[in-house]
Amino acid sequence: MSHGHKSEFLAHHFEDLEQQKESAALGMWLFLCTEVLFFGGLFCCYAYYKYRFFDAFISGSHHLDIKLGLLNTAVLITSSLTMALAVHAAQKGARGRTSLMLLLTIALAGVFLVVKYFEWSTKFHHGIIPGHNFQFPAEDLYGGATVKTVEIFYSLYYCMSGLHGIHVILGIVVIGWLWWINQKGRITPEYNVPVEMVGLYWHFVDIIWIFLFPLLYLLGLHVHG
Amino acid sequence: METTMETNAAMPAESPLYNKRNYLNNGYSLRSWFLTVDHKRIALIYLASITFFFILGGFFAMLVRLELLTPKGDFMTSDGYNRAFTMHGIMMIFFFLIPSIPAVLGNFLVPLQIGAKDLAFPKINLLSWYMYIGGGALALFAMINGGIDTTWRFYTPYSTGHASGYVVTTILGLFLMGFSSIFTGLNFIVTIHKMRAPGLTWFRLPLFIWAMYATSLIQILGTPVVAITLSLAAVEKGLKIGIFDPAYGGDPILFQHLFWFYSHPAVYIMILPAMGIISEVISCFSRKVVFGYSFVAISSMMIAVIGFFVWGHHMFLTGQSQFAGLIFAALSFLVAIPSAVKTFNWTATLYKGSISFEAPMLYVFGFLGVFLIGGLTGLFFPALGLDRHLHDTYFVVAHFHYIMVGGAIMGYMAGLHFWWPKMFGKKYPEGLAQAGAVATFIGFNLTFFPQFILGYMGMPRHYHEYVPEFQFLHILSTAGASVLAIGYLIPAICFGWSLLFGEPTGPNPWNAKGLEWEKSLSPPPTENFSEIPVVTEEAYNYPDAEATVVTRS
Repeated sequence: MSHGHKSEFLAHHFEDLEQQKESAALGMWLFLCTEVLFFGGLFCCYAYYKYRFFDAFISGSHHLDIKLGLLNTAVLITSSLTMALAVHAAQKGARGRTSLMLLLTIALAGVFLVVKYFEWSTKFHHGIIPGHNFQFPAEDLYGGATVKTVEIFYSLYYCMSGLHGIHVILGIVVIGWLWWINQKGRITPEYNVPVEMVGLYWHFVDIIWIFLFPLLYLLGLHVHG
Repeated sequence: METTMETNAAMPAESPLYNKRNYLNNGYSLRSWFLTVDHKRIALIYLASITFFFILGGFFAMLVRLELLTPKGDFMTSDGYNRAFTMHGIMMIFFFLIPSIPAVLGNFLVPLQIGAKDLAFPKINLLSWYMYIGGGALALFAMINGGIDTTWRFYTPYSTGHASGYVVTTILGLFLMGFSSIFTGLNFIVTIHKMRAPGLTWFRLPLFIWAMYATSLIQILGTPVVAITLSLAAVEKGLKIGIFDPAYGGDPILFQHLFWFYSHPAVYIMILPAMGIISEVISCFSRKVVFGYSFVAISSMMIAVIGFFVWGHHMFLTGQSQFAGLIFAALSFLVAIPSAVKTFNWTATLYKGSISFEAPMLYVFGFLGVFLIGGLTGLFFPALGLDRHLHDTYFVVAHFHYIMVGGAIMGYMAGLHFWWPKMFGKKYPEGLAQAGAVATFIGFNLTFFPQFILGYMGMPRHYHEYVPEFQFLHILSTAGASVLAIGYLIPAICFGWSLLFGEPTGPNPWNAKGLEWEKSLSPPPTENFSEIPVVTEEAYNYPDAEATVVTRS
């Protein structure tokens, strides 16, 4: 096989850029499969305990702030849009617009984390800390819920949104790295695989939240039903 | 390892059979080894690392066997014994068996067998070694500070409650090791999909590649579940939140379900690669294509898939529902079908073959017998009634050692002997290597066969004291373990001798089929092939094959 010219972006062990791009894409999708299974363990725990302690779950959920959850959902979906626009700009070779969109994505991710911080600190302030003298107002317990079982809901709440938060922080780091290599001119219309791959990851982080929001926040609406 | 290569590079380099410009002498600095992205060098640093953990795990095994020489617990306290067998299990399973064949032989061979210059993601491959060694360092730290006594299964509520020692540190180490395993699997799948040489279609792939593909699927789909499960246990232990511990309202059975969802398929991470090696070696030393090639290839995938749905057979006595037990029993029996397909097809490959008995082939014969016993005794457990009697006895211990030591390690040894001349371009003393294979077989059976009888008679696992009637069988077992240790020492001597004094072998000493033998040199150059090979024939197309092959699907 002969080639007219070897791209400067072509790694030594690939034959052509097409092969390199396809490999990166397949690798990223497989990594996302791994991530689905990784979160899947937690979702399993959630499903099982929700089935077993349904009243406790709606009690705990009802205590979460739906408005803040909704705000964060909107923020994260918007960040998915800016990320998609960054990918588009990178494909067109619009370096300045790519950088802008990446920075906007980081900013929105930052807003998400700040809102999360306020949510968590309010909960901590009210003593809703599993394992450390967990407090929950008795008047907010519905049906057969007990403080002990609501504690399980909150253990899962902190684990699930915490693990998601770690993914958001990692996302900020890799998008920051993208911004850096884009500034140095290493993203071109010919080769923009890193932007596409990080884009996939970021949409995944978004989708996880789309599942977490109803499971953690909207479940409490049962109380009025 | 590095220094021995430097000192002896002079001698075989004179021979025209020895490839002078190879991956071994492409740089001698520490940097050229520990920051390498060459899959072959990464395979060798893995080889050194997993050998270290194997010796460590073996040391704890010897402590266990010494304690069991006498019915009274006179060598260790019961607490010390619990720590010894826990560390044996953790070192052997997580830091030796799971990475063994994929990370060493898989890393070395996957690109060579499919005609690629490297794995798809060389840097991630290096990263996975650092994650492995980082995880190993954490586990070692916990071990040096007294170890842990949770058993390798970390069952809650004990592991998240009263268990002392660095449980959280060990779990963090396993988490890192787990992601190292995931990255290896991910790398292999992408490489096999996207980097095969022209003409190398799926059903022309060597069966070792099929086995690695199936293994990689389990690694990327199973490992993340145990990673999150153990992480939750660590968080529960560290922060006292309630997920699994009934004291906090949790359910310990949930932990077991999630744990075995990975840890049963993990057994296939250990045995499938060994099965791949058996197919390669048996074909070469019978001079025949593997009988029913496509059935053997697909059976690897079947084992990987069915393996995900059988975990409940570890939990019949936990209070799991009778109905769930029934379903898991039926599904567990199903795994026997693809396993039997393999065993029958290997046997049929031998039929009218031109068989020779070099060391790798002796290990294969050992594997066939041992795997047959290990596999058939596995069928005792899904039999719901019988499991009640055998659960948590030495029968279980004997069964899984037949698969993991007799099966996986014998396969690993067969592979190491078979591809050693490719890896280092040198011969090892054949007679001594054959003696090693025989000693391993005898030592292994002497160690573990008595444990079947012990278990059937009611000897429970995890106990360091027992009734005096059991002593004779325990003495046999410990004696066997000593022979087995010699069986592992002999290959070490062979390989050491080979590195120092071995004659050059030439590119294809076994006259074997496959791109790594036919199109590359020994040792291979850094870029593997002078030009990307084009494949025009089926796998294992031995010249004298046509005369003897009965059917070909």
